[in-house]
Amino acid sequence: MRHIISILLENEPGALSRVVGLFSQRNFNIETLNVAPTEDPSLSRLTVTTVGDDRVIEQITKHLNKLIDVVKLVDLTEGNHIERELMLVKVKALGAARDEVKRTADIFRAQIVDVTPSVYTVQITGDAGKLDAFIQAMAPIGILEVARTGVSGIARGDKLLTL
Amino acid sequence: MELLSGADMIARFLKDEGVERIYGYPGGAALHIYDALFRQDSVQHILVRHEQAATHAADGYARASGKPGVVLVTSGPGATNAVTGIATAYMDSIPMVVLCGQVASHLIGEDAFQETDIVGVTRPVVKHSFSIRHPSEIPEVLKKAFYLAATGRPGPVVVDIPKDMTAPTERYEYVYPKKVKIRSYNPVTRGHSGQIKKAVDMMLKARRPVFYTGGGIVTGRASEALTDLVQRLGFPITTTLMGIGGYPQGDRQSLGWLGMHGSYEANMAMHHADLIVAIGARFDDRVTNNTSKFCPTAKIVHVDIDPSSISKTVRADVPIVGAAGSVIDEMISLVQGREPANPEALGEWWKSIDGWRSEREGKLYEPSKPGEALKPQEVIEAVYRATRGEAFVTTDVGQHQMFAAQYYKFAKPNRFITSGGLGTMGFGFPAAMGIKLSYPQDDVVCFTGEGSFQMMMQELSTCKQFDVGVKIVNLNNQSLGMVRQWQDLNYKSRHAHSYMESLPDFAKLIEAYGFTAIKVTTIDELAPALERAFADTNELVFLDIYVDPFEHVYPMQVPLGSMRDMLLSKTERT
Repeated sequence: MRHIISILLENEPGALSRVVGLFSQRNFNIETLNVAPTEDPSLSRLTVTTVGDDRVIEQITKHLNKLIDVVKLVDLTEGNHIERELMLVKVKALGAARDEVKRTADIFRAQIVDVTPSVYTVQITGDAGKLDAFIQAMAPIGILEVARTGVSGIARGDKLLTL
Repeated sequence: MELLSGADMIARFLKDEGVERIYGYPGGAALHIYDALFRQDSVQHILVRHEQAATHAADGYARASGKPGVVLVTSGPGATNAVTGIATAYMDSIPMVVLCGQVASHLIGEDAFQETDIVGVTRPVVKHSFSIRHPSEIPEVLKKAFYLAATGRPGPVVVDIPKDMTAPTERYEYVYPKKVKIRSYNPVTRGHSGQIKKAVDMMLKARRPVFYTGGGIVTGRASEALTDLVQRLGFPITTTLMGIGGYPQGDRQSLGWLGMHGSYEANMAMHHADLIVAIGARFDDRVTNNTSKFCPTAKIVHVDIDPSSISKTVRADVPIVGAAGSVIDEMISLVQGREPANPEALGEWWKSIDGWRSEREGKLYEPSKPGEALKPQEVIEAVYRATRGEAFVTTDVGQHQMFAAQYYKFAKPNRFITSGGLGTMGFGFPAAMGIKLSYPQDDVVCFTGEGSFQMMMQELSTCKQFDVGVKIVNLNNQSLGMVRQWQDLNYKSRHAHSYMESLPDFAKLIEAYGFTAIKVTTIDELAPALERAFADTNELVFLDIYVDPFEHVYPMQVPLGSMRDMLLSKTERT
């Protein structure tokens, strides 16, 4: 099963490499990885999506918690949560396809953020499934390039991941 | 207010931390630190002949004393030479602080002379690591390093120190930090009371219980508490290789150690148990054999200070995260005044165990006859008697390591010093050196083989310089015995590179350093040689003992089998 693990990490040199290294060292899988500073300059928030059975996920969270630079973590998939990913896609936009790209982007509530006579650059946010579906829809028209941020997420309601 | 350079802070911190001795090797990036050590006399520096030996010596000291071992090396090759010793300590959860010189900050990343990203290189084999970024942070970072190394599940911590951080011209305020806090590090000590109560209820109801305890008892200083608990309950106990001495091996309730070359009765008892109480052990593959066939009828209570050790390879029915000593104390208070509910079943259980014991009694190996090559097992037994079972014993890795564990009986913890997890050949001699320097009154015996000894024999020079009187017992079978055993069993005796040709004349080699060496080839030469070797505790003596090269270590678990599937000799199996 797919899990989304969000981690508060010390904003220290080398901290990220300890997390990434742990996954390769212990043969755990990383599907996406997303990291950026938080409102607290001493902390980064890192979100990783991974796939594994309960035993593997338990080991992943335990080993992550063991890293000294990991301050706190949560497996978001254990509760209700919001999952978002941002994607930028360059699509061929010539002749009839120009309208087709625009229509499809509207259906997905995506925005065209850059335009040339032959290329549209589309920005879309959503969960990973929606982004996959958009790629499928655009594939026949001609995708030139894809840049995805990887999943970020947060728990619904009052639940917080803070110190 | 006291102003010190980074280098002087390091020397001063070591003194304030109570470090008496460090092991190391100088080089360019560490020279400011070496100069600071030269100008003080509180901390003794032991100059090894290879950085790997520095880590093993510090490791040996740490295993014997329970305190962190300290290493100082220079950047680049100095640091990379230390990696094997860091990994050895990591696998066996040994507290160690490794100070590595580094090229000056402005050169980092430029492939400078003797530059290595040692924090990167060691990342998978350290508990944590630090890079010093300003001289003023040295006291606090070092305190954190010692704190992390020695608390929770202990382990090695690397501190990378760029040369400019220790420059003599840059002085900052020095205050010894008595305490440090790391917000993300709060090792659990007490176990969950509800879980402990549940475990004790299961223990009292058990019909075929067995304790299975590991290195956590030794590092957690819990052997007295464990002995109390086990004796109150009257249950059998087996330890891992790392847990040897955690419970007195001569006691009737001790089944010896378990696993690949563990005792027949320990492995049989584990397989047939209905309750396994694992404390400070990690269900390592050399213990469990095939996990899918592991102890089919047993419920498992697993106590460990490291949550990630629990249910890693074998699912625990009652997981308890906590320090061994604290959890055992709580178990004792719950057991007090209560009796096991099934005394008859326990009686039957002991009958089965005694049956397994007597099945193998006197059949473990065949002693040599006069004129024949010595058996390695009888050499260990003779050394055991010669030292009254009281020596610190270190080993290298291979057949001699297993024989030492099988035939030297340990009554106390911190006495059997061996590389269990990583299996590092070359560990034994420098480890013995590290112990002897801190325990000059005790006999320190290193059981080794001619293969392992040659990996670290340069340390004879260190022993000469610092007058280190260890006893080296070289079980010389002119082959890499354990490799050869596997080739006998699995490769139709095709002995690919497991022979040892062109061996030196060890006696001459040892004498070249000014030490005594005695060559032993028959049983009648053994007793006088041992008498001579142990006459003076502080004299280094090397015993070159020629043993039967065809001997195998038994029992030996059958690959992919259960705990009870064992080869018992070259011709018998379960």
